[in-house]
Amino acid sequence: MPAAPAAAAAPRSVSPTWLRFKDALRRHPTAIAGAVVLLAMIALAVAAPWLGTVDPQAVSPVKRLKPPFGEYWFGTDMLGRDVYSRVVYGARVSLTVGLAVALASTLAGLAIGLVTGFIRWADALVMRVMDGLMSIPPVLLAIALMALTKASLENVVFAITLSEIPRVVRLVRSLVLSLREQPFVEAAMAAGTSIARTLVRHILPNTVAPLLVQGTYICASAMITESILSFLGAGTPPNIPSWGNIMAEARSLFQIAAYLILFPGVCLSLTVLAVNLLGDGLRDALDPRLARRM
Amino acid sequence: MFAYLLKRLLATIPVMGVVALFVFSLLYIAPGDPAAVIAGDIATEEDIARIRAKLGLDQPYLVRFGGWLWALAHGDLGVSIFTNLPVAQLIAQRIEPTLALTLCTLLVTVAVAVPLGVLAAARAGSWIDRCVMGFAVLGFSVPVFVLAYLLIMLFASHLGWLPVQGYRSIAEGFWPWLQHLILPSIALGTVYVALIARITRATMLDVLAQDYIRTAQAKGLATDEVLYGHALKNAAVPIVTVIGIGIALLISGVVVTETVFAIPGIGRLTVDAILRRDYPIIQAVTLLFSGAYVLVNLAVDLSYTLLDPRIRY
Repeated sequence: MPAAPAAAAAPRSVSPTWLRFKDALRRHPTAIAGAVVLLAMIALAVAAPWLGTVDPQAVSPVKRLKPPFGEYWFGTDMLGRDVYSRVVYGARVSLTVGLAVALASTLAGLAIGLVTGFIRWADALVMRVMDGLMSIPPVLLAIALMALTKASLENVVFAITLSEIPRVVRLVRSLVLSLREQPFVEAAMAAGTSIARTLVRHILPNTVAPLLVQGTYICASAMITESILSFLGAGTPPNIPSWGNIMAEARSLFQIAAYLILFPGVCLSLTVLAVNLLGDGLRDALDPRLARRM
Repeated sequence: MFAYLLKRLLATIPVMGVVALFVFSLLYIAPGDPAAVIAGDIATEEDIARIRAKLGLDQPYLVRFGGWLWALAHGDLGVSIFTNLPVAQLIAQRIEPTLALTLCTLLVTVAVAVPLGVLAAARAGSWIDRCVMGFAVLGFSVPVFVLAYLLIMLFASHLGWLPVQGYRSIAEGFWPWLQHLILPSIALGTVYVALIARITRATMLDVLAQDYIRTAQAKGLATDEVLYGHALKNAAVPIVTVIGIGIALLISGVVVTETVFAIPGIGRLTVDAILRRDYPIIQAVTLLFSGAYVLVNLAVDLSYTLLDPRIRY
């Protein structure tokens, strides 16, 4: 056991990691709380099969609409399915969609934004297109797309990603436009660096911090959009338990079985809140100028 | 000013053009065969061919787009696949509740959010500020329909103060009309209040740090006079901009709110269309709402001259 001597040598000293954690906690208590809740949700999603769950799709008509806190922790729905298992498995859908959309739209937006920010003739054209796209309310754009495709998780991610890209392009373009005027970029260009190399070595690294913040907010809004789409019947297919689906199926029952809305609703709100708090914390940490204002 | 008005009006044309092109092209962007999806699982080959013809998918892309634009210019929004009624007529029947809900929400949220933001900025760091900012983060995190159900459970089911669902036309009396709009407006407006309160506070903090605010305070003006007379006036432009951009949140929220509260508006029409895969309706509604969004933001742009005399065109 190689770790034992070190621990024995300094039994009372606190590890630097723990100190740094305590310091962060003191300065950004809400962000850390957000991170902890988010990690808990991820753990829940990953460990779903080992958390006392049963098959979330198993119907049992005899035991339908059983109230919560009895034999079933969260009760059962109108088909007798265990709501606790469905809510735990539902975490997978929300987190997957949130992360996938954040990643995909950030990467796509970054690529388009970098090019338009540096190539003048492309800029005018692409920005007109983006202005138009941004005029279509995101949820409606996703609904229209989902009405034309088979309901599947991939298509949900695709539809939400498409509606989030223009905002990322806007952000990246404005970053590139201001970075382009900076002396270090000018110097690189004057030294004969190619445009591609300048973009990758000098511009790209400076877009990471704002994109990380933006990506976090996109993740939060994508989770809400997924639940809205599923709630309206234009999202995740009914054979996958998602928080939006559980609530959609409870639409006509909420007067007699409010818990069908409450449990997934609270989980969803809590997760989105956690991601938003994390985003605020990241913004404060990475962009002190903005932190003062918001 | 008139020249500017004309220029701005003309500038909306390419934007609307892109919107139209994109909404039209969704049929082609969507993965898979839209005609087969719309026809449903038990459709025959003929059904699919019929729908393909109805959507114009059997014609060349540009021919189809030209024809669609031409019809659009004449107020023809297409024909519903399910009911065979003109979409324009269906929308006209449903527009009153949606307009009532949106305008009511807009008025109430702006009236609540701006003073809230000003108060938070004036007492920056105090518990009032913390409450407002906490509310703002929470408002962004609770989805419209979850909030809507919570409101119904508390105020309609439990306390019985307000009706659970439904809509009354204003022709049936002002109070029943208003009664049915209160809960939907709160549910729909919360995220919008969060957004506007946040930007109001941020802009006010910037303005309150300016020299002329100190001068105003030094010459003994009342606090309210300084806040609303001097500071808010100068913070107006960014706030109004965000009010305009935030309309997109209202539009998305309307679809959900009308579903929860069973309000027979355009949002409800859209959701029924989703279930029946009645694409022409969804297409028309998307176009209509996008047009409304562009027009609102045009109005916002034009209002800058009124809000800030330094801005001249």
